Amino acid sequence: MNSPQTITKAEENLSTDLPEAVVVSLYAAQEKIYPRSISGFFTKWRWVMIWLTQLFFYGMPWLAWGQRQALLFDLEAKRFYIFNLVFYPQDLIYLTAILIISALSLFLFTAVAGRLWCGYTCPQTVYTEIFLWIESKIEGDRAARIKLDESAMSAKKLLKKGSKHFVWITFALWTGFTFVGYFTPIRELLAEFIHHDVGPWETFWVLFYGFATYGNAGFMREQVCKYMCPYARFQSAMFDDDTLIVTYDEARGEPRGGRSRKVESDSHGLGSCIDCSLCVQVCPTGIDIRKGLQYECIGCGACADVCDTVMDKMGYARGLVKYSTQHAVTNNWTHKQMLQRIVRPRVLIYATILTLLVTGLLVSLWLRTPFRVDVVRDRGVMARLVDGGLLENVYRLQIMNATETVQHYRISASGIEGLIVESDGEEVNRTITVEPAEARWISVRLEIPDGSIEPGSHKVEFQIQSLESKEIVAEKSIFLVPR
Amino acid sequence: MSDFTSNFWPVFITVITLGGIFGCALLLWLTSKVKVASANGDNTSGHVWDGNLREMNNPLPRWWVWLFIITIVFGLIYLAAYPGLGRFEGKLGWSEVNQYDNEVAAANKALEPLYAKFAAMPVNELAANAEAKAIGERLFMNNCAQCHGSDARGSRGFPNLTDNDWIHGGTPEIIQTTITGGRVGMMPPMAAAVGNADDVKNVANYVLSLSDSTHDAARAALGKEKFAACAACHGADGKGNIAIGAPNLSDKIWLHGAGEAAIIKRINEGKTNQMPAQATKFTPEQIHVLAAYVWGLSNLAPSSLAPSSTAAK
Repeated sequence: MNSPQTITKAEENLSTDLPEAVVVSLYAAQEKIYPRSISGFFTKWRWVMIWLTQLFFYGMPWLAWGQRQALLFDLEAKRFYIFNLVFYPQDLIYLTAILIISALSLFLFTAVAGRLWCGYTCPQTVYTEIFLWIESKIEGDRAARIKLDESAMSAKKLLKKGSKHFVWITFALWTGFTFVGYFTPIRELLAEFIHHDVGPWETFWVLFYGFATYGNAGFMREQVCKYMCPYARFQSAMFDDDTLIVTYDEARGEPRGGRSRKVESDSHGLGSCIDCSLCVQVCPTGIDIRKGLQYECIGCGACADVCDTVMDKMGYARGLVKYSTQHAVTNNWTHKQMLQRIVRPRVLIYATILTLLVTGLLVSLWLRTPFRVDVVRDRGVMARLVDGGLLENVYRLQIMNATETVQHYRISASGIEGLIVESDGEEVNRTITVEPAEARWISVRLEIPDGSIEPGSHKVEFQIQSLESKEIVAEKSIFLVPR
Repeated sequence: MSDFTSNFWPVFITVITLGGIFGCALLLWLTSKVKVASANGDNTSGHVWDGNLREMNNPLPRWWVWLFIITIVFGLIYLAAYPGLGRFEGKLGWSEVNQYDNEVAAANKALEPLYAKFAAMPVNELAANAEAKAIGERLFMNNCAQCHGSDARGSRGFPNLTDNDWIHGGTPEIIQTTITGGRVGMMPPMAAAVGNADDVKNVANYVLSLSDSTHDAARAALGKEKFAACAACHGADGKGNIAIGAPNLSDKIWLHGAGEAAIIKRINEGKTNQMPAQATKFTPEQIHVLAAYVWGLSNLAPSSLAPSSTAAK
């Protein structure tokens, strides 16, 4: 929690029993946090996640798939290329599914172990960690950084600060460049950079995303989590008494206090906490975990890691600060009892819905036809009589080829007996040719002998078959017979 | 150029907008002066509701204040540069209409060389040009398909453009004239000239016999003589006259309905049919491209047409 800008009104008040009167401004300058470097179990896992997510992020655009980039979101042509799949704007439902799955995963992980996403994989945490690492390599660890910031400007300080910002900005620009590389072919983008020939929008987004990385990971840091991120706040709504959260074992730790390492812990009447304040020093959001669960806590486990090293040094059991649940703490549950409570209705419901959705998405991707068809009844012509006493309805069909090879399609229709299909777009062998990843509009006429069915609206169905994959897409429409 | 109907609204909008901005600035300034005394030093404001509900005071980070100030400054600069305050047009002189006009002008300029190239090409060549065909198709879909249908095969009252039957003529020049100036087809009621109701029916059967459609041969024979009244426009052989837009009656194409009843109705009532002029919608070069597209519909074999694989844009 921020220490408010305090002005002690009257010094003499301190000597009385009266509570201290404090005048608080409505605005507070932010105190800079200097997280101390740390190693340990959770830190190791965070770095594993950083490497995994960032290897994916920086490496993915360079992966080629045939003649093109494996992952490319071509916004201008409105085509998303994901490995062997080509998505059209009409496939928005898949994006919706992915977003719902992401949200449900967040719910599930949060219900099980608190803000796992925040602590280990959120870009804000990941880039802050990377920027902190750069900072500590150049300026030194916490104490050195505090000292450097307090010292007067000197050539040495300027050099350190300058080189830190240089590395930060280089890294941020590389991040921005990679980000843009998801939307415009990255190899061409690189060539454009080398030849100083980058388009205005690409330049803007590289700089914008680079600036966002630099600003958020270099300066805003925990401020983003505390004041800007909406998820940070609503995740606490998913906590219950069985959620694993970073907890300080108050019963064991208190009363806290410094002591000599040689004295046995029970002889001086103190708890296990030696009040070394290392847990506060390593915290990236600057809180004191010993005050209990706070909204600022991103669940990174840094305090648990550092406390374990202290306990080791003191020869005490580890886990004064650890992942635990509210129930485990209050009921003194064993580790096993606590973990058994992971399987509970809330978690099972989230997990079931998540499994269903993921299965649904995979099945629907598996069954997805490599082309789409939209049928639009002609807006100008309702029905017309043509040569040979035939009654004709006109339709426009848009065939979208979602493969990367030329495809041929054949159109048929059913729903009314004796339905004849005619089309101007047909070529040799009554096929429709559509170029790779292109869409084509063609006019199709359905004909029946006039008077063969009663006037009104009749259901018909178009069947469009790909001659290459043999797959069939069926689209419904209506056939109008005038009175 | 604003659309305000009275002087009240521009003033109202200006006052609300500027009042809002300066009100926010004032609030920001006042709150920076305010200090909240916390009686017991526990970061609460001292307000208590329902006996125990106390109000906390967590100070806002100061960088938020800077965001507010940036927003206010940006808002004022924006309002000075762009139209936002009632009738004030902004220093940059930007308007939606201007932007649209500029974009249209820029697009036309970009297309100029293309259309210049098309204008120099004869229609038969242009009709086979894939690029021109794609443009022609789009022009047709946006401007002609409403009546003639998206496959250009027309409907009752709207001629089919893909057959070789032309009421006013199907040469490229005539198609161009038709698009530019539109057409009015007028047939007066002919019943009086033809005779009584029986005569009308006989003439109708004669007309049907011209195209060898289902007809009563006896009536047709009687009607042949009375057809003289129609021959003035449709010709003695009923093959029509493109100079005055009289349709050919000897084919099986019936713009206003096939069969005896429909023909009797036409003889009795006549018909006025109109295609509006399109000159104001298009540039002459566009009409040239459009005419080539329409001409190509009936004069090029479908197989010789390049597939119009136009991407869905």
